[in-house]
Amino acid sequence: MKRLTSLVTIAVALSLTAGCANRRTPDQLPPEPGTGDAVDTTGDQDGTVSGTPLPGSRGDFLQAVGQYGDRILFGFDSYEIDAEDRATLDAQASWLARNPSVRVTIEGHADERGTREYNLALGDRRANAARAYLESRGVASGRMQVISWGKERPAVPESNESAWAQNRRAVTVVPE
Amino acid sequence: MRNIHALIAAALALLLAPSAQAQTQPDPAGTPAGQPGEAEDPDNLVVDVTGGRQAALPIAVPYMPTPAAAATPAGNTEALGRQVAEIVAADLRNSGLFAPIGPGGLRPTAFAQVAAPDYPYFSASGAQNLVQGFVQANPDGRLTVGCYLYDVAAQSQLTREGFVVSPRDWRRAAHRCADTIFARLTGEGAYFDTRIVYVSETGPARRRIKRLAIMDYDGANHRFLTNGQWTVLTPRFAPNQQTITYMTYQDERPRVMVYEIDSGQSRPLVSSPHMTFAPRYSPDSRHIIFSMAVNGNTDVYRVPVSGGTPQRLTNAPGIDTGGSYSPDGSRIVFESDRGGSQQLYVMNADSSDQRRISFGGGGYATPVWSPRGDLIAFTRTGGFRIGVMRPDGGGERILTGGGYAEGPSWAPNGRAVMFTRGASAGQLWYVDVASGATRQVPTPLGGSDPAWSPLRD
Repeated sequence: MKRLTSLVTIAVALSLTAGCANRRTPDQLPPEPGTGDAVDTTGDQDGTVSGTPLPGSRGDFLQAVGQYGDRILFGFDSYEIDAEDRATLDAQASWLARNPSVRVTIEGHADERGTREYNLALGDRRANAARAYLESRGVASGRMQVISWGKERPAVPESNESAWAQNRRAVTVVPE
Repeated sequence: MRNIHALIAAALALLLAPSAQAQTQPDPAGTPAGQPGEAEDPDNLVVDVTGGRQAALPIAVPYMPTPAAAATPAGNTEALGRQVAEIVAADLRNSGLFAPIGPGGLRPTAFAQVAAPDYPYFSASGAQNLVQGFVQANPDGRLTVGCYLYDVAAQSQLTREGFVVSPRDWRRAAHRCADTIFARLTGEGAYFDTRIVYVSETGPARRRIKRLAIMDYDGANHRFLTNGQWTVLTPRFAPNQQTITYMTYQDERPRVMVYEIDSGQSRPLVSSPHMTFAPRYSPDSRHIIFSMAVNGNTDVYRVPVSGGTPQRLTNAPGIDTGGSYSPDGSRIVFESDRGGSQQLYVMNADSSDQRRISFGGGGYATPVWSPRGDLIAFTRTGGFRIGVMRPDGGGERILTGGGYAEGPSWAPNGRAVMFTRGASAGQLWYVDVASGATRQVPTPLGGSDPAWSPLRD
C-alpha cells in the first residue's frame, strides 16, 4: 500500500514537473533538485491524478480546494488563523460537508527555527487550530485526527524566509 | 573487581601524596603553568577544575607490550597492546586537558619495563607523566589490560589498575585505563567508558530517514537499534542503563517508547490518544517525565517507567516541555512559553513553586541539569547556541560559536556537553564546559539528538 502510494506520487510529481510547473507562483513549493516530492511520506499532496477523480478521494478534494487549498500557513511561532486561512478552511469544510463519510488527518508543521521538541508542540497547536476552525464550520470532531511533525517534514527543505513561510503549515490530508 | 581496585587505590594513596604536589609545580620545560600569555592557541589551552588556565599536560603513552603473544578473538595481544595505547592517547587528547606524546614515535615498552620505567628517556621527551601497560591473554579466554601511571619528574608510580575483560570488550579496558588516568590527574569524574545513543540521519530533508543508534563515546562499536521505517527522535539513557526512552512515529502515532537494552524490545510508555514526547528519566531510573499535547496545549507529566496513569506536573496554558530532573531528584527544570516567549523554569519535583530562571531575549529551550547539579545546559533559541547557567539563573555563559546548535546532553562527569550541530544535516559535537573546546564525534551518517550514557558498570 505504502509502495503503491509512492508510485502514484512519483507519477504525479512527474506530470507536475512536465505540465504545471510554470503555473506556480515563485513563492510556492519549488521542488528540491534531485529529490523532491517522489517519496514524501507525509500527506503533502502535490497535485491531482489525471482523469476524473473518484468522488471523496484525495484527488477530488484537491480539485475542489485547489492545488494548495489543502493547507494554511502561519506566521513565525504563531498558530493564529487569519482571513485567508479561514477562506481556505471554509472551502475544505464545504467539501467535507459534501463527503460526510471521509475522515481526514490534519498535519501540523513548523519551520526549522525552533527546537525539536518545542516544534512538536507548536505543530500540534497549529493542527488543532485548523481542526477547531473546521469543527466550528460543522465538521464533526470525530472525523478529524491531528498529527504534529514539528520540523521533521519540511515542505521546502531550504533555509530562507520563503521556505520557512511554507513550512509553517497545517495540511488537511484526505486518504488516497 | 571494583573492590580490589579500591584496595589497590587505597594502598597507593599513601605513595601518591607527595607526587600530587609535584603536579602543581612548574613543568620541566620551563614555563610555569597558568601564566598569562603563555599560549593563546585554544588547542594548547585547557582550563582546570577551578577555572584557571594551564597548558595541556604532556603525557607519554608508549605502545604496550604483551608478556606472551597470543591470538584472541579480538586479535593478537601484540596488536592489541598497540591499539590500547592508541585509544588511551586519543581519549586523553579528546579531553582537551592532555597533550599525549606517542604512542607513535616513542620506543615501545618492553614487558619487563612496565613496572620499571626508563624515566630519563621519557623526561627527555618532555612528558610530565607516563602511561604504561600490557595486554595479556588469560587461560580462561579473557584479557587482562594492565594500566600504570607514573610521575616522570618525581620518578614515582601514581596509580595502577588491571582490567579483566572478555576480548570483545577490549576497547572498554582501554577507556577505563584512560578514565583512571584522567580521574587521578584531574580530580574529576571519569567519562571515557561511556556510550552515546542518538538518531542516525540520512536522506533528503523531506523524507529524512531517522534510526536509533548506539555507539561508544568515541564512535566505535556503532550499531542501529531501529530499522528506519519510522521516524524516531530524542532518545535518553536510563541512569541504570537498562532501558532507553525515545519518541517514535511508529504506526503514525507519535509517542514515547521504552526500549529494553537486553531484550531489544520496545513498548509505549503510556497509552494515550495524544502525542507524547520529550521523555527524560528521573535520577533513580524509576520514573519518566515527558510532555503530552492535548488539543494544542502541552504539559509535563510523570509516570513510572513501567507505565500507568500519568501525573500532570504543569497546568499553565501554552507549551510546557523539556523537563529535566536535578541529580538529587528534588527539582525539575523545564521550558515554558507561559510568559510570552520560551524561557526556563524550575519547580519542585512535586510541581510546587514554579519559578522562572531565564530572562534573556530570543528564548531558551531543552534545559538539562548537570550530573554535578551545579549547572543547567540549554539551547539559546535566538541564534541556536548551547549555553549553561546556574540553577538560580545566574552566571549564564554561551559555549558554542557560530553555527546552529541544539539539544545538549551532559557527560556523566559534568565536564562536557554533547549536542547536535547543523539544522538539516546534523552532526554530533561536544564542548568542554570549562574551556569551550569543541570536538566532533564521528558517525557513519548524519546524527542528531545525542544522549550521553552514565559511566558503564
